[in-house]
Amino acid sequence: MSSVLLSVTDLVKSYGTRRAVDGVSFRVLAGQTVGLLGPNGAGKSTTVAMLCGLLRPDAGEILLDGQPVAAGAAAVKRRIGMVPQDLALYEDLSARENLRLFGALYGLKGGPLAARIEHVLGLVNLQDRARDKPATFSGGMKRRLNIAAALLHEPDLLILDEPTVGVDPQSRNAIFDTLEALQAQGRALIYTSHYMEEVERLADHIVIIDHGKVLADDTPAALHRRLPARAVLRVDLAEPAAEGVLAALRAHAGVTALAQDKATLDIALVDNADAVPVLGWLQQNGQRPLHFSTARASLEDIFLNLTGRTLRD
Amino acid sequence: MNAFFALVRKDLILYVSDRRALLMHLVLPIVIAAFFGSVFGGSTKSGAIDVALVQQDASEVGRRIGAGLQADPNLHVTVMDRAQAEQAVRKGSQAVAVVLPAGFAEAAGSAMFTPGPKPVIELLYDPSQTAVLAMVKGMLTQQVMSVVSTEMFGGPMGRKLTERSLQQLDAGTIANPALRDMLAAVRTFQAQPQQAGGSSAPRGLSMPFTTRDQGLSNAPALQGYNPYAHAFSGMGVQFILFMGMNMGIAMLAARRDGIWNRLLAAPVSLALVVLARAVSATIIAFCLLCIVFAVAVLAFGVTVSSLPGFLGVALCFGALTAGFGLLVAAFGKTPEAARGIAMFATLIMVMLGGAWVPTFVFPAWVQQATMIVPTRWAITGLDAVTWRGLGLPDAMPAMAALLGFAALFMALAVWRFQKART
Repeated sequence: MSSVLLSVTDLVKSYGTRRAVDGVSFRVLAGQTVGLLGPNGAGKSTTVAMLCGLLRPDAGEILLDGQPVAAGAAAVKRRIGMVPQDLALYEDLSARENLRLFGALYGLKGGPLAARIEHVLGLVNLQDRARDKPATFSGGMKRRLNIAAALLHEPDLLILDEPTVGVDPQSRNAIFDTLEALQAQGRALIYTSHYMEEVERLADHIVIIDHGKVLADDTPAALHRRLPARAVLRVDLAEPAAEGVLAALRAHAGVTALAQDKATLDIALVDNADAVPVLGWLQQNGQRPLHFSTARASLEDIFLNLTGRTLRD
Repeated sequence: MNAFFALVRKDLILYVSDRRALLMHLVLPIVIAAFFGSVFGGSTKSGAIDVALVQQDASEVGRRIGAGLQADPNLHVTVMDRAQAEQAVRKGSQAVAVVLPAGFAEAAGSAMFTPGPKPVIELLYDPSQTAVLAMVKGMLTQQVMSVVSTEMFGGPMGRKLTERSLQQLDAGTIANPALRDMLAAVRTFQAQPQQAGGSSAPRGLSMPFTTRDQGLSNAPALQGYNPYAHAFSGMGVQFILFMGMNMGIAMLAARRDGIWNRLLAAPVSLALVVLARAVSATIIAFCLLCIVFAVAVLAFGVTVSSLPGFLGVALCFGALTAGFGLLVAAFGKTPEAARGIAMFATLIMVMLGGAWVPTFVFPAWVQQATMIVPTRWAITGLDAVTWRGLGLPDAMPAMAALLGFAALFMALAVWRFQKART
């Protein structure tokens, strides 16, 4: 069993009378990727700032391998890599000069620093642009360099705060490739986002935050199990189904809910496997499906189920 | 120390690669200082006052008054007619026009000894040059008194006027026995031949004193005031403070853009990050001031009387600039809002510090009040080790004051930065 790398207990932070973080607790195991999911203003960035020693919590405790982080001790900070939401790069320094600076801040110098710079440039696929200034980079390249700067000192824990904001799909995939490579190396990650598909792809543990409080803290599979429906079957019929048919369908085994919009039926199912018998029942009862599709219930549905609103509200 | 040097190095690279900043902080102060130095007497052209002379008195004595004015080294006299003179004064190309009316010399001579109306010399002047008017009046008075009295005590017109006045007294039109006695004595004096043996000096009134003008400065090579020295001090201080202000605004932008947090997420203290920024700003300000003065020395004849004194003042001013920049960064809310306030503060500081015009032209109470303005000490220190020709000990009070202000500004900034993290 993996050891606990980061332990966050009852973290509280207020700005004036507004409580931005209100008793947040979670853990990160060594080699684990924890997704911190929540809408804008949920308290994710404030939590990240405290994890990185940038803000002092009003209450609570953050321990990295048993050492307190909140005091901002240099030895603890050296084990954390931070990828901020903003592009924290000097636009008029070359990519290599940027990396040289951030490496030096973590005590690297000389040959080891040069070797690390080449390594992380390779990892984010920017070797050819090392001499160029970020001012000439695309948004995705800047994001990759932003990540590279946090990897120079080989941190045990990499904290990424919305690292794909404003990035095109191709660059997003490139960033995900990099992060998956880090996961394969056994690096622990905290990934904050309000994009549920990103968290779903990367995280093996998810902490859902809203209004500064933890609403859920579990594996993606366990979170999905909390939903009454884990799959949705959408069927386009030749004609709208009669009310009697719909009532009978609601009583069918595996169906938890359904809604009809014109000739389209959205049928919530306990499991994906329930889709085949439901389609058979429709045909047996005189309905003619023209087209159908199934989808797994998403984190968006989970968030909706927990808060009654969407992640992007 | 590795992190500290990396932060300082980063700032220096960023500054040097910013051509617009170099233009703003290096080229502009040199250009503007050269202009101000030239305006305040630094050009090769003499500082003579431009005066138009309307010579309506064509008499021999009248012409001598005009010639006397033209010979005065403090005046640059151009003879023109009345209409031209009026237009020239209105346009500002002449500060003052002197109108010597027809018959002036004879009327002035007559008015010396007899009561009655006195002739009038019209002085047309540019309203923006009232100080110059007073100077021209003084020089005109000296010329008129000298020429007219000389004529009255020895010239043909004087003899004629004396005779006429005596005839009027004898005819009883003027009843003044004492005046008759004096004019009789004057006629006797006029009748005496000019004495030989070096007493060929004019017989009229002359200035009963002369002056010996000596500009005092400790710099033997100067023996005077080089206006470029003060202009380069003033403009150097102003534009380097702009650099400090821009540094502070850039720090505000870095805080907003997340770079600041990225730096502080590293295992370095806030004090180290702030200190590195202060050191890099000090180095940049110091180098800028040295380059500005190198140009002043090489191209404009400014003399640095004490190199250690100059370097000391430049270094302390660099620290002040850094402190000012940190203050802007610490107390500014946004880069946009801070720019306006910081610009206002900078301009007030340089104005009261004597960067535009020397503080000695300020009222006495303002001169006292400006002792609390840090730039005043920068200008005083630079003046001391340039055109005043003083040494390192004389620059030390200014250096101490600058360091004091720098320490105060930096302490306030660090306190504010710390407060923002809680």
